Amino acid sequence: MIVRIMGEGQVKLADSHFAELNKLDDELLAEMENGDGPGFRHTLHALLDKVRALGTPLPDDSLEPSELILPAPDATLEEVRTMLSGDGLIPG
Amino acid sequence: MDAGPVLWVLSQTCELESVRRGRAKPMSGVMKRMGMIFRAKANKALDRAEDPRETLDYSYQKQLELLQKVRRGVADVATSRKRLELQLNQLQSQSSKLEDQGRKALALGREDLAREALSRRAALQQQVTDLETQHSTLQGEEEKLTLAAQRLQAKVDAFRTKKETIKATYTAAQAQTRIGEAFSGISEEMGDVGLAIQRAEDKTAQLQARAGAIDELLASGALDDPSGMHKDDIQAELDRLSGGTDVELELQRMKAELAGGPSAQQQAIEGGTGQGSAQQQSQQQDTPRFDKQ
Repeated sequence: MIVRIMGEGQVKLADSHFAELNKLDDELLAEMENGDGPGFRHTLHALLDKVRALGTPLPDDSLEPSELILPAPDATLEEVRTMLSGDGLIPG
Repeated sequence: MDAGPVLWVLSQTCELESVRRGRAKPMSGVMKRMGMIFRAKANKALDRAEDPRETLDYSYQKQLELLQKVRRGVADVATSRKRLELQLNQLQSQSSKLEDQGRKALALGREDLAREALSRRAALQQQVTDLETQHSTLQGEEEKLTLAAQRLQAKVDAFRTKKETIKATYTAAQAQTRIGEAFSGISEEMGDVGLAIQRAEDKTAQLQARAGAIDELLASGALDDPSGMHKDDIQAELDRLSGGTDVELELQRMKAELAGGPSAQQQAIEGGTGQGSAQQQSQQQDTPRFDKQ
């Protein structure tokens, strides 16, 4: 499973880590939907740290489609909310 | 939260592999949603319509079949023409045989026999004329068919070239979209790649600058060198001074050499390489620190 951290790069993760990440990911979504800014930031960083710790980074010049995509570490709750609504990540 | 479009996008991308395998619920998690939206965009870019290359190939196949039929027609006509030619040859040889027989019969004074031979020859001659007409008709048909086959061949060839061009263009476009998809196909993601390159360049520049700075710091004695290869400023000054005496020594040696003494160059070369390897070592030690930035 390839995970992209936006603005950072791609990380290869074993599928066995999925359940563990899933919990944080669901938590993150809940915090985003509830508008819990500090919680969102904390969970996002925890999730990013876990992905970085469990995964091996892909070289910058590799060309793999990412199955999962994570917002950049400095992304705000509002930015992520905007990306997930309306036209999505690219307009049009 | 405006979840409508997300739901729409998700409904379009339910084939996500992890979802199909039952590992994940299709609707949960930020990273899954983001991944799906990226993929949905990339898939949208890939035309979902039937593959035009298959249609082109099918059409070309049909044209080839038609061309094959025309060619078979040409071959059939040519065969008939040849059969006619054989018959004509036979008739003509029979005809000349009868003519000979008539001549012989006349020579032998058998005018009745000669008459019989000539009348049979006249009948044959009629057949020959008929066959010749048929032959020329067939020949005309054959020429027309050959021309048609050639024209068709040219058209099929042109179609094949065009088809391959279209297919290549389509494949290229598809590959481009796939590459786009690999980068997740979106400006943010492409920016990501740009960032990666920028990072690599920055890293190199930073490394070079740092290596230079470290050399200076080590040389001035402000930074301790764990390898002990570098010297502090006092030692450096001492070295410089002793280096000065070395120069004097060197000069003396050279003078002696010119006068016929042994070579003293070896020592100078060894001194140079020692410093170079120390520099390399300090650079290598620093490299991993930058990777975590």
